[in-house]
Amino acid sequence: MPKLITASQFADPDAAYVALVEARRGLSVEAAAALDTKLALILANHIGDIDVLKEAIALAKDAN
Amino acid sequence: MTNAAGHKSIYHYSYRRSADQDTVARRPVIIVGAGPVGLAASIDLASRDVPVVLIDDADRIGEGSRGICWSKRTLEIFDRLGVGEKLVAQGVTWKIGKLFRGDDLVFSFDLLPEDGHKMPAFINLQQFRVEKALVDRALELDLVDLRWKNRLMCIEQHNDHVRLTIDTPDGPYVLEADWLIAADGARSTARELLGLSFSGVTFEDKFLIADIRMAADFPTERRFWFAPTFHNGQSALMHRQPDNVWRIDLQLGPDADVTEEQKPERVTARLKRMLGDRPFELEWISIYRFNCRRLERFLHGRVVFVGDAAHQVSPFGARGANSGIQDAENLAWKLAAVIKGEAGAGLIASYESERMQAADENIAHSTRSTDFIAPHSDAERALRDAVLALAPKAEFARRMINSGRLSVATVYESALSTPDEDSFAGSARLGAPLPDCRIQHAGGSGYMLAALPDAFTVLMFKNGAATQSAPEGIRTITVGAALTDPDGMLAQRLDATPGATYLLRPDHHLCARWRSFDRDKIAAARDRALGKS
Repeated sequence: MPKLITASQFADPDAAYVALVEARRGLSVEAAAALDTKLALILANHIGDIDVLKEAIALAKDAN
Repeated sequence: MTNAAGHKSIYHYSYRRSADQDTVARRPVIIVGAGPVGLAASIDLASRDVPVVLIDDADRIGEGSRGICWSKRTLEIFDRLGVGEKLVAQGVTWKIGKLFRGDDLVFSFDLLPEDGHKMPAFINLQQFRVEKALVDRALELDLVDLRWKNRLMCIEQHNDHVRLTIDTPDGPYVLEADWLIAADGARSTARELLGLSFSGVTFEDKFLIADIRMAADFPTERRFWFAPTFHNGQSALMHRQPDNVWRIDLQLGPDADVTEEQKPERVTARLKRMLGDRPFELEWISIYRFNCRRLERFLHGRVVFVGDAAHQVSPFGARGANSGIQDAENLAWKLAAVIKGEAGAGLIASYESERMQAADENIAHSTRSTDFIAPHSDAERALRDAVLALAPKAEFARRMINSGRLSVATVYESALSTPDEDSFAGSARLGAPLPDCRIQHAGGSGYMLAALPDAFTVLMFKNGAATQSAPEGIRTITVGAALTDPDGMLAQRLDATPGATYLLRPDHHLCARWRSFDRDKIAAARDRALGKS
């Protein structure tokens, strides 16, 4: 039984996208990747569920 | 902005000398710019018994296709002005948008999933056809004095009027007006004459916009591709127009050579990659860089800016011409009330605050869309591409794909609205236009918005109590009496219970509502909506 929620949860998905894009505005690809890595760790800890984390990793690896 | 390819103009009009050229006359309202916005404002004011002089420096309409997507709210306004049904009949009706990643469909959206609206989500129709219909309508009205080949040269501002110098084939003349409406477009002369700065963001990417004539049975939908194989990693947009004309937008990137890219052989080669061997003819080509910007104020003494003269957006979302028409409708009833001495001092200022809210909303949406379509850097592109890669597998990512959020009416957070004291569900929103729906009345089956007068109106749901009369100057429609709600659709959209009472402004925006009829509260809410408190 999957636990990862992939349905949209933001009331305003565009605002969430803008927050993410503005965070990387002016950054190089490498600097943005480093930011993303830190974000992944922060959000993974916030979720605090190893099953969800593993499902999220599988989805990310599967989406090309 | 560049617009190199010429296009035949379709409708010609002629300059006629006015008696005003022999004297210095004073008019209540002069509008500069006979585009869709200036024409809509003229017709709306004239229908409210305000005489208008409408001047334009040209003597023709019909160059290029320009605006093509007319939104439901705009069509509702056009319907009130007497041209809505005609335009819907001429246009191509659509409501479905489809998004492709590469060549694969990832998401489709329906812009009007519910039933019971007179006007469709959108029609596509060439701007010159809309202008032609509006000119025809304006010419039927004695109160619109349309003057072609009248070019604004000078604006002198006074406390209670403006003094204009206008050039004509017979030489210049002076004309005074209590109010000047500047509807003279993105390159507004009025804005330049007042020395106003027009600041914002210019996007680096260039876009090719082409109208082509082609017999094809593609669906009547808005189709948008991110990185399709036919266009080398950039985006593409396709829309159907009437008469086998199709609008195609192709992203060219920031480094595109404007002269090279406009050569017909170059454009034809790009389009062939998209369309295959299907024969087509080029109707109109142009290359744009988009701007999102607005004036800091829309009101400058007795000069009021509307449409592109006041604000500009990128085309993704069809928020340019549509917001201009909504500016015109917002201003018309207010200016009419001021001129007739019915309004308080705050009413004209509310044009600025309400339509600035709308402009900011439009600019924000259009900026977000343009950022998504044309990322600023490789790092931003990586995020965008990650959203697209996740989209086939995750709904949250599909919701983030932004190819343009299409124009809807603004819900005004306005001092003109009386805050709700009771709670209401339903799709009706305080500060928004009343949702349309099917009704029955003396004329048979009809629609709610078309049944409303152009004045303050109270809509009251019958509850068995004796009918009370609304305060003077307000029309009352009792739902359940001469007008009925056969499907219960109106009651549902307004969350109406017996006795529920709704006050509508002359532009059909909801400005107050209660669970029961109270004459004093209605009078106070109307005064508030007239800027008197």
